[in-house]
Amino acid sequence: MDVERQLRVQDLLARYADSLDQGRFEEWPEYFTEDCVYKIISAENHEQGLPLGVIDCDSRDMLRDRIMALREANIYEDHRYRHILSTTLIKDADDTGLRAETSYQVTRIMRDGDTMLFSTGRYLDRIVEQE
Amino acid sequence: MPDALSNSNPVLDWPDGGNSRVPYRAFADPAVHAAEQERIFQGPTWQLLCLADEVPNPGDYKTTFAGETPVVVTRDENGDLNAFENRCVHKGALVCLKNRGNARTLTCVYHNWVYGLKGELRSAAFQKGVKGRGGMPDDFRVENHRLRPLRTAELCGLVFATFSDQAPTLEEFIGPDIVQRLQRVLNRPLRILGYHTQNLNNNWKLYVENVKDTYHAGLLHLFFATFKLNRLASEGGVVIDPTGGNHASYSKRSTIHANAEYDESKLRASRDDYRLNDPSLLDAYDEFGDGINVQILSVFPNFILQQVENSIAVRQVLPKGIDKTELNWTVLGFADDDERTTKMRLKQANLIGPAGYISMEDGAVGAFVQRGIPGALDETSIIEMGGRDHVSQDTRTTEASVRGFWAAYRAQMGL
Ligand SMILES: [Fe+2]
Repeated sequence: MDVERQLRVQDLLARYADSLDQGRFEEWPEYFTEDCVYKIISAENHEQGLPLGVIDCDSRDMLRDRIMALREANIYEDHRYRHILSTTLIKDADDTGLRAETSYQVTRIMRDGDTMLFSTGRYLDRIVEQE
Repeated sequence: MPDALSNSNPVLDWPDGGNSRVPYRAFADPAVHAAEQERIFQGPTWQLLCLADEVPNPGDYKTTFAGETPVVVTRDENGDLNAFENRCVHKGALVCLKNRGNARTLTCVYHNWVYGLKGELRSAAFQKGVKGRGGMPDDFRVENHRLRPLRTAELCGLVFATFSDQAPTLEEFIGPDIVQRLQRVLNRPLRILGYHTQNLNNNWKLYVENVKDTYHAGLLHLFFATFKLNRLASEGGVVIDPTGGNHASYSKRSTIHANAEYDESKLRASRDDYRLNDPSLLDAYDEFGDGINVQILSVFPNFILQQVENSIAVRQVLPKGIDKTELNWTVLGFADDDERTTKMRLKQANLIGPAGYISMEDGAVGAFVQRGIPGALDETSIIEMGGRDHVSQDTRTTEASVRGFWAAYRAQMGL
């Protein structure tokens, strides 16, 4: 195992989750390339080969728009998230980048303390080297 | 028609004010909920079960619900659609335990009672006993038993069903004006792009009210306004069938213009100068050729067809107890869509569903009401925008179709 590479990937994902959990949402798009794909899809749709996502973005600007809408437009009650990530499984690594799979659980804590399992699933990431 | 319930006290006292006043008890009383299951969901109404394309081949089945009653839809050996209750006649267990599948027969796992694709009982295990002992009485006949059937009807590739022999035909139930607006959108073979399932922490009627509430759109949903995509002032209106239960609201993009009432009302929406970084989200085209860019259609009690730009979906609203609701979205394109069109529909789907820029608030606001009313079950809401009747109007700044829902609801419930 390439220990350094493993740790770099897990460090990246830990920082990514921390940006969201600590409410520094404006940092979140910066983890993506300009022409990124960010898609949340249910296991049911994914397994049936159906393309519909819950969120489906094909540019970093679309991610910035998500955050701007969250800050300025959409209406919701105060709440926060807590991400728990599994150890990452690295696949298909080469000089340009790698594929990584990480299981996650996201807890949502409402303003009155009501805490629920909000989402569980896995990240199927394509991670590339960039300056 | 003899009806034990209608001869006793009504399950809910309706206040003065007709359909412009709705008692909050309607959203919180378990007795109301139980009566709805009998009178509405098992009564003379038509409910969406699935798309015909989901059960294309003989033996295909899909499980769903009519109200809270579990139901199976099958395609039988003759290619005909059937629907019946998903409850074994023997002891009441679910017969189908999968969301979908293909089978020649359906077998209850509990005691191995086997049903055909029309829901008829084929065999009961050990009917003749074992080695001459046990077995069913001599007068037991499999032909006397079947899974409780529903009448089915297909319209525009959608499969509807009713438990009632009293219900008019599906098209009569929906009415010609609303049928025409349904056919306007679902005008050719469909393609399923995927599903959303959303759990709402509110009574099912609060979601249906929200869908029929054309007054709230520019007020609760600030996405379009914030990014200067506002359409509050655009031309539009609402068409309501005579029962009140079915509606279609619409707006036309071509008539967006600056509007004094909107700007002067100092809504939260009109405060700053935000623009989308990637406006490709809203790349859309006038695919039906009539300039109508949003049409929301409902059929009593719990069916919705949505056209938001080129994002098309049907929604099924399922009660799950008095204060929980399951909202099932089937998001659609057409079989003849090219790749670019499909991509556009998928991108616009960011507006809808549980995380949709527009729909996310609709998923939350019903629970705000549910949590707001526990101390006020004998109080009522005030539903007077646009008058007190429920006739079609050429404005969306009205609650006419909400009143229409309550008109149909009271008729079905005998209130
Ligand atoms: Fe809404």
